[in-house]
Amino acid sequence: MSTADLETESPTSPATSMASSERRLGDSIFSWLSIGSGLLIFLTLAAVAVFLTTESLPAIVASREFSGTADFSLVQYALPLVFGTALASAIALVIAIPISIGIALFISHYAPRRMAATLGYLIDLLAAVPSVVYGLWGGIWLVPKLEPLYVFLNTYLGWIPLFAGEPTAPMRNLASASVVLAVMVLPIITAITREVFLQTPRLQEEAALALGATRWETIRTVVLPFGRGGVVAASMLGLGRALGETMAVLMILAPGATFSLHILEVGRHNSIAANIASKSAEASGVEMSLLIFTGLVLFVLTFLINAVARWIVARSGPKS
Amino acid sequence: MSTPTTVQHQTSRHRPPDERRLPWYHLLFTGLAGLLVAVVGLSLVDALSVASAIIVGFLLHLLLGWAYSLLREGPRWAKDRLMALLVIGAFAVAMFPLFSLLWEVVSRGMTRAIAARPDPFDFWTSSMSGIIGGADAGGVFHATVGTLLITLWASIISIPIGLFTAIFLVEYADHGWRKTLGTGVTFLVDVMTGIPSIVAGLFGLALFIAVMPDDSVRMGIMGAVALSLLMIPTVVRNSEEMLRLVPMDLREASYALGVPKWLTIVKVVLRTAVAGLTTGITLAIARVIGETAPLLLTVGMVTSVNWNMFDGRMATLPTFINQQYRAGSANCMSETVTDPISQEVYACTITTNIDRAWAAAFTLILIVMVLNILARLISHCFSPKLSR
Repeated sequence: MSTADLETESPTSPATSMASSERRLGDSIFSWLSIGSGLLIFLTLAAVAVFLTTESLPAIVASREFSGTADFSLVQYALPLVFGTALASAIALVIAIPISIGIALFISHYAPRRMAATLGYLIDLLAAVPSVVYGLWGGIWLVPKLEPLYVFLNTYLGWIPLFAGEPTAPMRNLASASVVLAVMVLPIITAITREVFLQTPRLQEEAALALGATRWETIRTVVLPFGRGGVVAASMLGLGRALGETMAVLMILAPGATFSLHILEVGRHNSIAANIASKSAEASGVEMSLLIFTGLVLFVLTFLINAVARWIVARSGPKS
Repeated sequence: MSTPTTVQHQTSRHRPPDERRLPWYHLLFTGLAGLLVAVVGLSLVDALSVASAIIVGFLLHLLLGWAYSLLREGPRWAKDRLMALLVIGAFAVAMFPLFSLLWEVVSRGMTRAIAARPDPFDFWTSSMSGIIGGADAGGVFHATVGTLLITLWASIISIPIGLFTAIFLVEYADHGWRKTLGTGVTFLVDVMTGIPSIVAGLFGLALFIAVMPDDSVRMGIMGAVALSLLMIPTVVRNSEEMLRLVPMDLREASYALGVPKWLTIVKVVLRTAVAGLTTGITLAIARVIGETAPLLLTVGMVTSVNWNMFDGRMATLPTFINQQYRAGSANCMSETVTDPISQEVYACTITTNIDRAWAAAFTLILIVMVLNILARLISHCFSPKLSR
């Protein structure tokens, strides 16, 4: 009778020894399947990094930065795309963050408790809509609707660099793409912000109310300071999503490759993801590895942002 | 100190009583006043529409409600009112795109998807093969087949991996090096959730063009691999949450009866969590079924049905929407188009491509919503009644 048997079963008799070896076989198969799956996650992410790197090597090797003579430059190709991606995401976040905080507060502190779950579900539905449908809706329905707003901004606030330039209809510009991006990141930011707001210590809130604070004063002095980390992390997750979103940008934005700040002008910007999607069908050879290189840049960017965001969530999240 | 005041303190402790606070219907008055001023003002400058009236009316209400409250209740309550209005406004702003989008997709998509023609459902039963120019015909059968096949294969790849990873995290990653591995896996799964879909597509592409000699290789299984990269983290997270809900008592009871660990997991843990797992997996499927960018890169586009995942391009609903949208307006020289091969005559419509895009979007939304509702129903009807 070995100690292993003692560990796995209590009724020890010779008759069960057959069954016990079967059990140990089942147990070890199962445990290795589970551990193997866990390791596979590591391998998959490593594979993503490895394949993107090896496939983008031809472009890196052939570029001017590396060989010194080639007629195309990695930086010249990728930098306008990075700029466009960052600008679109930044504008999307500027629109989405205040609205998300508002929604999260509405669900967690203003709406009746009984309705909160339903309202949260409605916001989650926004996340369930496929991105291509957002693109279709944005490109056909929303763009014409936004035109008067852009004309207004351009005419009366044209002295602000962002709204300067000459917008021309149809308004397939960066601003339209950002508006749709904002709608798409709303549910992500809201979901996490809401969770954090709901975890505000009940006693602190009640203490503030008991001191005669209004609801808004309670939120400002108790809920918002408590949830600050969560809001930052949620915004970064939203940023990660906005950076990598393809279809909304691809279907709405008329592409260009400049460092223009004029978000109302058409044909000035493009994003990494939309550029890959629009060019991959015809690309091959070095051109394909150039696209994969920009994809690698995007992967590293979003990986870092998500990692930091997750770290903040883990640090400020519930200690369960 | 009178007794009623104390009672009031006890019954409504979330709303500190303030003598100066006005009842809620004063908000209605200021709201109506704001709307009225907006309507009058807008009709004076000749820009009156429902949308503009609501937007301007809301902004005016912010101002009016705040000013009114400032006069009657004082600055602190005025600010409270203003913030409450802003918060409600934020929610309304978010609801607007949801309902607008659903309305547009349903109203525009339905007219094409279920049309008054000899075969009302021909959009769902015919493919695009042999459809030329502005012919008002063709459908999404090939794309639906592609979407379902690719999603099925993505599920076949992701569900076992995701489920076993969740089991590892909950049942095995408890001490020693396994715990370290578990922490790493949790972190990576979280990060994986944020992988851009286009990067997943590039991975599928890079993986296969590294193995295959041909740069232009495109097939269904590549799309399934790319999608499973996006699906695995969702399956893991949803399943992990459900497995953690299973009470420890159940496992311990099972061990006490001498049941080995793996049988305990299969017969007790998974059995208890089966409703939640099904819900989580359904939601994961609903998430990837609408992914476009990875499929754009990995499976390409065809006009006819392709049942073979391992050979040749495939059409899918999301890429079909994108393709029809990009095709834009059709060119109509005459009232009808004649198919040069089959000699069939179709009506020519300029908007035929866009109509098909909306109808395909309607089909896709229908599938996604059915999956979502299914998930809700499963979790609602079969979820274990546990006290936490």
